[in-house]
Amino acid sequence: MSVPTIFDISKEGRGSFRLPRLDVPNTCNGLPENLRRQNTPTLPQVSELDVVRHYTKLSTMAFGVDNGFYPLGSCTMKYNPKVNEQVASLSGFTDIHPLQDASTVQGCLGVMHDLLKQLCAVTGMDWGTLQPCAGAHGEYTGLKIIRSYFLEKGDVTRTKILVPESAHGTNPASAAVNGFEVVQVMADKRGLVDLDDLKSKLGPDVAGIMLTNPSTLGLFEQDILEIASLVHGAGGLLYYDGANLNAILGKARPGDMGFDVVHLNLHKTFSTPHGGGGPGSGPVMVKKALCAFLPKPDVVENANGDYSFDWGCKSSIGKVSTFWGNFLVFLKAYAFILAMGGEGLKECGENAVLNANYILARLKGMYDVPYGDRCMHEFVMSLSRLKEETGVTAIDVAKGLLDRGYHPPTMYFPMIVHEALMIEPTESESKETLDDFCDAMIELHDIAYKDAQSLRNAPEHTVIGRVDEVMAAKNPVVHQ
Amino acid sequence: MNPYITHTSEDQKLMLKAIGVESIEELFECIPDKVLLKEPVQVGQWMSEHEVVEHIEALAERNVKGVSFLGEGSYDHIIPAAVKAITALPSFVTAYTPYQPEISQGVLQGIFEYQSMICSLTGMDVSNASLYDGASAAAEAAALGISNRRKSNEIVVSSTMHPFAISCVETWAKGRGHVVNVVPEKDGQTDLCAVNDVLNPATAIVIVQSPNKYGIIEDYTGLADKVHDAGALLAIEADPLSLALQKSQAEWGADIAIGDTQVFGIPMGFGGPYCGYMAVKQPLMRKIPGRIVGRTVDTHGDTCYVLTLQAREQHIKRERATSNICSNEALMALASAVHLSLLGWNGVREVAEQCYSKSHYLADGLSRIDGISLAYDKPFWCEFSLRFDDPSKLDGLVAKLLEHDVFAGVKLSEMTRDEKDEGILVVAVTEKRTKQQMDFYIETARRFMA
Amino acid sequence: MSKILADRMYSKDHEWVMMKDGVAVIGITDHAQDALGEIVYVELPEVGATFEVGEEVSNIESVKAASPIVSPASGEICEVNEELDGSPEKINEDPYEAYIYKMKDAVLADDLLDAAQYEKFLAEEV
Repeated sequence: MSVPTIFDISKEGRGSFRLPRLDVPNTCNGLPENLRRQNTPTLPQVSELDVVRHYTKLSTMAFGVDNGFYPLGSCTMKYNPKVNEQVASLSGFTDIHPLQDASTVQGCLGVMHDLLKQLCAVTGMDWGTLQPCAGAHGEYTGLKIIRSYFLEKGDVTRTKILVPESAHGTNPASAAVNGFEVVQVMADKRGLVDLDDLKSKLGPDVAGIMLTNPSTLGLFEQDILEIASLVHGAGGLLYYDGANLNAILGKARPGDMGFDVVHLNLHKTFSTPHGGGGPGSGPVMVKKALCAFLPKPDVVENANGDYSFDWGCKSSIGKVSTFWGNFLVFLKAYAFILAMGGEGLKECGENAVLNANYILARLKGMYDVPYGDRCMHEFVMSLSRLKEETGVTAIDVAKGLLDRGYHPPTMYFPMIVHEALMIEPTESESKETLDDFCDAMIELHDIAYKDAQSLRNAPEHTVIGRVDEVMAAKNPVVHQ
Repeated sequence: MNPYITHTSEDQKLMLKAIGVESIEELFECIPDKVLLKEPVQVGQWMSEHEVVEHIEALAERNVKGVSFLGEGSYDHIIPAAVKAITALPSFVTAYTPYQPEISQGVLQGIFEYQSMICSLTGMDVSNASLYDGASAAAEAAALGISNRRKSNEIVVSSTMHPFAISCVETWAKGRGHVVNVVPEKDGQTDLCAVNDVLNPATAIVIVQSPNKYGIIEDYTGLADKVHDAGALLAIEADPLSLALQKSQAEWGADIAIGDTQVFGIPMGFGGPYCGYMAVKQPLMRKIPGRIVGRTVDTHGDTCYVLTLQAREQHIKRERATSNICSNEALMALASAVHLSLLGWNGVREVAEQCYSKSHYLADGLSRIDGISLAYDKPFWCEFSLRFDDPSKLDGLVAKLLEHDVFAGVKLSEMTRDEKDEGILVVAVTEKRTKQQMDFYIETARRFMA
Repeated sequence: MSKILADRMYSKDHEWVMMKDGVAVIGITDHAQDALGEIVYVELPEVGATFEVGEEVSNIESVKAASPIVSPASGEICEVNEELDGSPEKINEDPYEAYIYKMKDAVLADDLLDAAQYEKFLAEEV
C-alpha cells in the first residue's frame, strides 16, 4: 500500500498560511534583476488540514519506542520520558537566539555547565564539549583533539589509530576522516582485544586506540587496565566510543579505566529520542591534558557565579558546528540525569544488563551465541547454523519479528559474526515484554524448521512487503 | 521507585534465577574490581518529575526572550502551530534511523518529500536526508571536494562566509595536510578576481556564501565557469529562504548547494538542533555524504521508499569512507518539510518579501542617523550591516536597547575576533518584526547617537 | 567454485589483467563479483588519467558493499567500458568479458598470479 506524496495531493491555488499584514512599504522589487531567481520551484499547495492528515498518516507508518519493543543492538532504544520533551519545549529555551548577550542566557549557559559537570561525574573525565551533534560527530571531534595534541607536541609521526575488528563502522571512518591510517586489532578467541596482537601493533607511529567497552559483542574488555597501560606506555592515547556506555552506567567509568577521550551519545544512554535518524548529541569528554584542545567556545563559571563563553583557548581545534551544539537535546539528557540521580543511573545500567542476560539465558539453547553465555547490555547471536539447516537467514527472522510487532535487532553486525543478530533490550522493558519477545524468537525458530518458505515471504502484515533495494540503488529516484 | 524501570523485585529474582546467578552484582564480575564503583556517581539525588520541571523552568526564567534583530545563522521566523504538532507525534519522535523499511515508510516518505523540496529550491538533482547544520555542511562540502579530485589538497573559502562555517572548514582540514585558502573580500563581497588568482590544479573546491556574513546578496557572474575550467567544484551556501528571491545555486552553476533549514520551522533553541542541507548535481550523486532515501517498489510491485546508495556510507566503506556521518537531523528535516508544505511557494515567497521590505525599512531609518551608515552599499535581503563611526557608540546603543529587551544585532567583531570588523553591527529583520518595534529601534538610536 | 581463466593474470585484490598489444585490459574476477553480489554501479575512471600499481582507480558498488579497484598495472587509461554505465550487471553475468578499463604503455605489477596460483590463493584465503 502506498500513500500519495504531499506533492501528489497539491492543487493549484490552494494554500494554508497567513502572515501578518505587511506594515511597512513594499520594496521587495528592489533586488537587481541579475541576482533574482528565474525559475519557480515546485512546492506543495495544500491546506493545513491536508498537511496534518498527510503527516499524521505517515506517522502511523513509522515505528518508535512508543510503539513497541526495539531491541536494536548498540542503539540503546530506551524509553524517552515525556517530561524531557516538555522541558525542551519551554519557550524560555526554544525562543532564545544563540548569539544573545550572555546576561540574557544565564539559564542556557547554566544548563550546559551543569550538564558538563554531570557528564564528568558519570564518565570520570575532567571536562568536555557539548558541541558535536551526534556520536560520529563526537568521534570526529575527539580524534581531532588527539591529532592536535600530538601535533602541538611536535610529535608528527603518530599517524595510526588502532581499531578492533568488531568496531562500529564509524570508528575507522572517523579515523580516516581525520587523516589517520587505520590499523585493525584482532580479537582473541574470547572475542576480546588480543593483547599479543595489540602489543605487536603499538609503537611510536600509533596515536591511540578506539575501543567500545563493552564491545559490540556485548563483552566487557576485562584486560582494559592492561590495555591502557600498554597503550600509554607506547605513548598513545585511549579513545572510548560511548555507544555502549549504558552497560556500565553508574557502575564503572571510562575515566577510571584509563581512557583519555570519551564521546557520549545523549540519544542513546541519556534517553533523548532519536527522531527517525536525529537529532542526536555527541558530547566529548577529556582528561586534563587535552582540555586545551576542546572546540571553541568553552562554557565557564565566573567568580560571581555567572556563566559565559570563553573564546580564549589558543590550542582549540576550532569549531565543529555552527553554534554550541544541539542545545534542546541537552535539556532532555539533563532532565533524565536529574530524575535518575546517581542511584537511578546505576539502576539503569544494572537492569539493562539483567535484561540482556535474561534474553540470552532464554534463547541460548536454541540460537548459537558464539561469544560466551554471559553478556553486558547486549549480545550477538549467529544464525549460521539455522541458515545451513533450514535456509532461513538472519534477515528472514528479522522480517518475521516485524510481523509480530517487534523492531528487529541489529542485523549483520558486527562483521566477525556471520548471520548476526545483535540484541539490546535496555533497562526500560518489563519481564513480560522480554518473555513475549523470547517466545516470538522461539516460535520463529520452530517455523524455520517447519515452514521456512513462510519466513522468506515475511513480513506479510506490514504496510509494504520486502523492498527492491537493487532497483533503488541501480536507478535511483531520490526526489519527486 | 525508579519511574523508568518496570521490574518488581520479584521479577528481578525470577530473572536472576533463569540466568543462574544469585545477584545482579554477579553479572558485573567481568569488570575489574579496581574500576567498579563503590558509590553512586556524584550527580545528586533523584528528583521527582515535578521537581525536574520546576528546576528546569527556573532556569528557563533566567533567560530573556526579547525583540530580536539577531541573525548570522539563526533567525526568529514565524513557525506555524502545525509544525510543532506534527513533529511531536511519538512515532516520529521515538523512531530510530529507518533501517527496516517495512515499518518505516512514514519516516522514509517524509525524508523523500524533504529531499524533493530541497532539490526544488536549490535546483540541484540529489539532496541527502540532512546534515548537522549549515557550518558543518561546509566542512562536509570541503571533504566532498577533496575526495572528488585526485591529488587535490586545497580548499578555497570566501572570507565573507559565516565566520563559524570558515572555522568548521579549518577544523576539518587541521592535521590532514590540506590547505584552506581564505580569499579576501572586496566591498563586502567575495573578490572573484582573488578567487580566480588562487585556483590551481590542487584546488578541490571553492565555497562561497550568499547572503554572506554581512547579509549581502553576492553576484557570482562568471564564477562557476572559472572554477570549473580550473577543474574544481563550486559550492554555494545559502539561507534557503533567500532562494525565494535570489538566484538558486543551480542558476549560478554550482555543483553543491549547502545551508541550514533552521529558517523553515525550526526554533532558535539557543543554537540547535538545526538541520544542514546538502544537494548536488547528478555527477556527485554517489559521493554526497549522509543518508539518502530512494523510491522503489516492494514485492507486490507497490511504490515504497528505502535508504539507498548506501555503498557511500561509513558502515560499508569504513576506513575508506570520506565522511563518517550516520545520525543526522531527520526530525528537523521533517519540521522543514511540514513548514514548507504549509507555506507553499506563495507563502515562502511572501515571507522572503516581507523580510526584504522590513529589513530595508529599518536599514533606511538607521542609516539616516549621523554616525551610522550602511557598511556596504550592496544588495541585501533580510540582514544588513551597519558601520558605526565610533565603535564605542555601537556598544552603547546595543546596551541601551538591551535595557528594553531589544537585541540590536550581532557585533561582527565578536564573531570574527577581527579588529577590522570593530564597529560593524549585523542586523536581521524577519517577518515577525513589526513597524512599531523597528520605529522604537530607530528612535532609540536617534536619541542615543545625538 | 568460481571460474578462473588460464589466459590472463590475477591480482590478490581479485582483479584480472590481460595484455593485448601493449594494452592492459583490466576487470574483476568471478570470485570478486560473487562476493559483491548484484552490482548496481561501476564508477569508471577518466580516460587520460594515469595510475600507478596499487592506486585506487575506481569503485564497484552493490547494495551492501563497495569495493575499490586497485590497479594491477601502471599506465594511462586509454579506454573504459562505457557499457557498464547503464548495465553494471554485465560484470555479474560475465566478469571476464566485461572489462572495466584499458591502460596503454602499461607496466604490470610484479606480484601478479597466474591462474593456478590464483586458484591456490583463493583456496587459502577462504
